[in-house]
Amino acid sequence: MFVAFTALTVSIPLFLPLTIGVVAGDTIAGEASLGTLRALLIAPAGRLRLLIVKYVGALAFAAAATGVIVLAGVGVGALLFPVGRVTLLSGDTVDAGGFAARAALLALYVVLSLSGLCAIGLFISTLTTIPVGAMAATVVVAGASQIADALPQLDAIHAWLPTHYWFGFGDLLRDPLVWDSFGVNGWLQLGYVVVFGGLAIWRFLTKDALS
Amino acid sequence: MSGTVAPADAAIRTRGLGKRFGRQRAVADLDLEVPRGAVFGFLGPNGSGKTTTIRMLLGLARPSSGDIHVLGEPMPHALRSVLPRVGALVEGPSIYPFLSGRANLHRLDAADPGSAARSRPARVDGALERVGLTAAAGKRAGAYSLGMKQRLGLAAALLAPRELLVLDEPTNGLDPQGTREVRGLIRSLAADGTTVFVSSHLLAEIEQVCTHAAVMRAGRLVAQGSLDDLRRAARARIVVRTPDAADAATVLGIHRITAAIAGDSITGELPEEAVVEDLVRALVEAGVRVRGVSVEGDSLEDRFVALTGEGFDVAG
Ligand SMILES: Nc1ncnc2c1ncn2[C@@H]1O[C@H](COP(=O)(O)OP(=O)(O)O)[C@@H](O)[C@H]1O
Ligand SMILES: [Mg+2]
Repeated sequence: MFVAFTALTVSIPLFLPLTIGVVAGDTIAGEASLGTLRALLIAPAGRLRLLIVKYVGALAFAAAATGVIVLAGVGVGALLFPVGRVTLLSGDTVDAGGFAARAALLALYVVLSLSGLCAIGLFISTLTTIPVGAMAATVVVAGASQIADALPQLDAIHAWLPTHYWFGFGDLLRDPLVWDSFGVNGWLQLGYVVVFGGLAIWRFLTKDALS
Repeated sequence: MSGTVAPADAAIRTRGLGKRFGRQRAVADLDLEVPRGAVFGFLGPNGSGKTTTIRMLLGLARPSSGDIHVLGEPMPHALRSVLPRVGALVEGPSIYPFLSGRANLHRLDAADPGSAARSRPARVDGALERVGLTAAAGKRAGAYSLGMKQRLGLAAALLAPRELLVLDEPTNGLDPQGTREVRGLIRSLAADGTTVFVSSHLLAEIEQVCTHAAVMRAGRLVAQGSLDDLRRAARARIVVRTPDAADAATVLGIHRITAAIAGDSITGELPEEAVVEDLVRALVEAGVRVRGVSVEGDSLEDRFVALTGEGFDVAG
């Protein structure tokens, strides 16, 4: 359990944002740079439909990356440590079934945390035809948000940063389950998805495909 | 200019169409009229606004002014119902280099929500066959030559039976044999009743297959109509070689021909009613020593060059 937990803690600040940046940043800008965007639009794929498919795709990728990390963590943990009842942060123990449920919740929490960043990346990707630029910008957003979150001077905006609750999954390893961070993070991420998803839609639906 | 057609009969019809990029007018005041069933050559040198116009016709770019009807419906408003009936190749090949040619077509075909998945393999193979790419269909498209990429782009336009094909410089990057094949393809599509709108900066490449043409210059339409109309409008010039150029100019002037003198040759545009034989007699009777007389410039090519300019300079 704690190998998976630690693996996520280590990958969240850099590895996962990097992955999301690359995938979400590439969504539209990548097609534009290949020149395939116009072919898709002529097909006609439908601009809104294309955007939604691309967002779902990026999210699926986030889920896959998180799933791999959790499963690898669980696997490595099983190799290194005796398998049996698992102790939670609160000191209680759960059996294998409870453990699997917790691991799944953990992964779900992380994917939820990344959904806002995916929307930001999608929006940035509609602004340019240079995929590398969109990827880098998305990663920079994630990094800047985490740095701002660490600066006490910016205390007022901390709760609004997309990365603020990224490490809140500790709550899911207590008994009884504490849902607080899940809920507040869910609302925050939903806000980011609505705002940046909306911006992406507005931008992409009115944009000239000139590449 | 041929008579206008009712909107429903026109495959493409634009009125006052314009597009600006910042301060630059890429297209201005364009009134296109493409009759159904025509093979319409959209001609103009590089930078004259052909691709920009085509992007607007297909809803890729928004017009800055004017309106567009494609297959009788307003664009980009009716995009969803119009585009499935239109096949298009815009501005060179657009391919996924890491996919095979066949996988490229599968992906593009799947992008249209209206296309049936069941008949997809048959349609893809049919399109590959039509452009002669069957043998190379399994190869990575990134490894294709430019001509093969261009063929793949054409295949994408032919995935379904279309009412209208819009082809932007389809012969770009093709060898003479490939160019002939594209012309053959256009002919066979036109024979099936498909309207073909094909752009080119070279008249010679498409003149043989076109029934109609329009000529662009610096974003504006300078000629449009059936090929016969355009040929008729291609005024011939008379060129007289003589040491007495000034006298010759006077004689031609009497026959309402304004002539330009360049050394010992003098050139003037022939009015429709002028008879060359009579002009020669008039010159000789006036004592002009005529060394040679020729009539030039009645081919469509000359007309095209006259309309668009001959230089290498591209319009800013
Ligand atoms: N994305 C763009 N941004 C700014 N100017 C453009 C853009 N695309 C085309 N233009 C300009 O519009 C004019 C017409 O270009 P284009 O339609 O591509 O010509 P053609 O296809 O006839 O060669 C050119 O002067 C070109 O520089
Ligand atoms: Mg062009």
